[in-house]
Amino acid sequence: MTITTIDRLPAELARGHGGGGPAPVRTVVAYGFWIFILSDIVMFSALFAAYAVLSGNTAGGPDGRELFNLRNVFIETACLLFSSYTCGLGMLSAERREPGRFLLFAVFTFALGAAFLFIEMSEFAGMVRAGAGPSRSAFLSSFFSLVGMHGAHVTAGLVWLVYMVAQVLAKGLRAVVLRRLVCFSLFWHALDIIWIGVLTLVYLMGAR
Amino acid sequence: MDGNERVFGDRSPGVEQQESTANFLSYTVGLGLAILATIASFVVSQTDLLWPPGVPVGLVVLAFAQIGVHLVFFLHLGSGSDNTNNILALAFGLLIVFLVITGSVWIIANLNNNMMPMPAH
Amino acid sequence: MLGRLSWAAIPFNEPLPLITMAVVVVVILTVLAIVTIKGWWPYLWREWLTSVDHKRIGVMYFGLGLIMLLRGFSDAIMMRSQQAIAVGTAQGYLPPDHYNQIFSAHGTIMIFFVAMAFVIGLMNFVVPLQLGVRDVAFPVLNSVSFWLTASGVLLINASLVIGNFARTGWMGYPPLSELAFSPDVGVDYYLWSLQISGIGTLLSGVNFVTTILKLRAPGMTYFRMPVFCWTALASSLLIVAAFPILTATFLMLLLDRYLGMHFFTNDAGGNQMMYVNLFWAWGHPEVYILILPAFGVFSEVIATFSGKALFSYRSMVLATLGICVLSFTVWLHHFFTMGAGADVNAFFGIMSSIIAIPTGVKVFNWLFTMFRGRIVYRTPVLFSIGFIVTFVIGGMTGVLLAVPPVDFVLHNSAFLVAHFHNVIIGGVVFGALAGYNYWFPKVFGFTLDERFGKASFWCWLIGFYLAFTPLYVLGLMGMTRRLQHISDPGWQPLLLVAEAGAVVIMCGILCQIAQLYVSIRTRESRRDLTGDPWNGRTLEWATASPPPSYNFAVLPQVETIDAFWEMKQRGSAQVEPSYEPIEVPRNSATGVVIAFFASVAGFALIWHIWWMAVVGLIGAAITLLAFGWSEDREREIPAPEMAQMERARSGLRRLA
Repeated sequence: MTITTIDRLPAELARGHGGGGPAPVRTVVAYGFWIFILSDIVMFSALFAAYAVLSGNTAGGPDGRELFNLRNVFIETACLLFSSYTCGLGMLSAERREPGRFLLFAVFTFALGAAFLFIEMSEFAGMVRAGAGPSRSAFLSSFFSLVGMHGAHVTAGLVWLVYMVAQVLAKGLRAVVLRRLVCFSLFWHALDIIWIGVLTLVYLMGAR
Repeated sequence: MDGNERVFGDRSPGVEQQESTANFLSYTVGLGLAILATIASFVVSQTDLLWPPGVPVGLVVLAFAQIGVHLVFFLHLGSGSDNTNNILALAFGLLIVFLVITGSVWIIANLNNNMMPMPAH
Repeated sequence: MLGRLSWAAIPFNEPLPLITMAVVVVVILTVLAIVTIKGWWPYLWREWLTSVDHKRIGVMYFGLGLIMLLRGFSDAIMMRSQQAIAVGTAQGYLPPDHYNQIFSAHGTIMIFFVAMAFVIGLMNFVVPLQLGVRDVAFPVLNSVSFWLTASGVLLINASLVIGNFARTGWMGYPPLSELAFSPDVGVDYYLWSLQISGIGTLLSGVNFVTTILKLRAPGMTYFRMPVFCWTALASSLLIVAAFPILTATFLMLLLDRYLGMHFFTNDAGGNQMMYVNLFWAWGHPEVYILILPAFGVFSEVIATFSGKALFSYRSMVLATLGICVLSFTVWLHHFFTMGAGADVNAFFGIMSSIIAIPTGVKVFNWLFTMFRGRIVYRTPVLFSIGFIVTFVIGGMTGVLLAVPPVDFVLHNSAFLVAHFHNVIIGGVVFGALAGYNYWFPKVFGFTLDERFGKASFWCWLIGFYLAFTPLYVLGLMGMTRRLQHISDPGWQPLLLVAEAGAVVIMCGILCQIAQLYVSIRTRESRRDLTGDPWNGRTLEWATASPPPSYNFAVLPQVETIDAFWEMKQRGSAQVEPSYEPIEVPRNSATGVVIAFFASVAGFALIWHIWWMAVVGLIGAAITLLAFGWSEDREREIPAPEMAQMERARSGLRRLA
């Protein structure tokens, strides 16, 4: 068997046909996380499908038009959208190795995400108090599960963000920390994308 | 992986480009477009600006617009050859989402229609 | 304190489970005692439990599959025996309650913990070697995946001794699986065991998609990858796309059972048909997840043992990707009879027929590969030929079932049971056993005994036809699946033939056990010194048998399909390269520790021991956070050490 060291490869092999050898760690990590995000989106799609199918099954109980408060939904949407923005700016600062600015944007992202969660928790609590909890009807089960699953992901994201801030403070903006921040930002943007689906299919269509 | 990796220009979503000013612009323009699309969604949903039977379609279109803004401006998904894997993965994911949701809705609607009439309970 | 767990959970008044439990517990304790007395724990911990090496993980997956095959097969032969005996006035020896748990456990174990374990095990060992790289993209995640699967195995086996298993069949349809009709722990064992192992499987899918798309040897463009890697890619894409649907579906059933929600209940607007719909939206891609890597094995085996390149590589790749996409367009054929209209049934029926076409392309490609080849009839080739005949028959009965009016007669009959065993045994099991015999020398450094290998093949082949042809006939005669008692005595002769078939398959399994025992005992006479016992075509045969932990000292430069074959054809003097230090992943306890806590949490959730569940979840979370903080995950092998290992290896080769 011919054993050779790796020579310089012709450029055309490296582009588009995948002949360039193993990709750098950063690319591998980000792509792997991207695939994981897609799997998470498929999971949400099953919950969306359940909601779509069950949203009419109110079992004599309240429906979306009675329950949804679009003003709160608008504020929630704004919170998540702006938190995506601040997350993006935070990533830019991190790439430029500016820990101070990164931390500032991280705080904004956290605050906006927490505000989103606070409003959502209040909405859920209100519904439960009014007898419209998840065990009232299939519609409410699917509503609470879909929106609640998104909220659980946001919660996990906030925990992760705190954890990443701790890592940045402890280790600085090293390559390994940056890779993890890329994964976090992918996650956070994906959550906003899923929220767009929730907003449109659950709240805007349901409140009509 | 050992030190003999090649840097071969393949890009992954979320990884920032070299030109940081271009990126700041990317995020800000994206935010602006997303705000417009979001407000448009609420307006379409809550007013009669759009012909009422067309509202669901309008909302879906606006949702895709918002998602597209996120993918392009926040996740830097592009159409270059170094992005092919990312786009293909996304396309595959979207295909599955489409099949699961529309397939389920079509099937269950069909099944529900064929159910015997039931007394209310 | 202990939720609903009590001494009543142990089946003291049921002799069969009690005796089984006693035997299993004694065996496990004996093994643990031997390991402890002989001081093997440090070795096991260092070399296996905390290993992140894809080769070790692959061996553990495959071994897990072999062990669970024994349990799944025990279930099978118990069912066959019951059906052979319990005819007319005879009641057999298995009360309905047990029989129902046995057929549920049989399906669950065989699909999730035998077939998936085999397939993922083979992918684990082979794919990085065939790609010419050192490991998968995320080695620690790979270890986590395996140990979470093992956690699922632990839970499902615990159901044998503590409590009971689901009585719903392996699919767990509501309303039977809802709390109102299955209030005990059985369905919870089913759900939590599969949720936990499902996370492991999903992570494997992510790992392999990333590895195959981003980590290949230099020069290995997409169309120079071995076909097994293409099928592994397609299977992994299906895992990533389908398993989240199962996760969500089981989550909804769990929410119904634990928090009183109404996704699939009889009241408050639940819709049980949605469960069936979502379950099969996962379930159909699942069978393609299982069969595609088996197709890949056959492509490799047939090409190698015919001494020819695989016929029409490109159409093989296109057929594989076609099957991958089409597998998401057919799932309704599992419930044609649930009441959809003619338009829906027609669409899915037509798609189910269309999906047979790419498989047909593959079959012709295999046949054309063998045509005018110089075929060496070793065990893997026998399994391949047996597969082609058997799988084609099974596929044809599948296309028959894809016609909705036919399915209205045959849905849930013994005909259906025969069909899916036909394709799973003829396809997945034969593929796994072919791969097992084919790659065994690469894994362990010596070939398997050929006589017992051939004997096991003939037993499996003949046993399969004896066991399942009667079921095709019985299905057409009106026998349904899952019968604990047979009321029509006219069916008994066929059931006795089926029982004989099960016994013959048992002989096949015994032959495999014997094969392993004999091979180990006489291994010195069958040592693989060159690393290339079959005159192989792909890069895994370029390494030593077994390969060093780092696989390749220097990543090979790939210029063609069948890279290793071409390298051999061109021939070369052994040029010693200049070795550079390489980095290899360190061991990690993350996998085994997370799985431990997952098992604790799963068991606690099943038995409603809430404080224990919290402990388990917090433990898993802390382990995850610790992993997420850690950095020093690789160690360097310095150049002199590499040179020394490589020289020793090539010295050994020159002795051959």
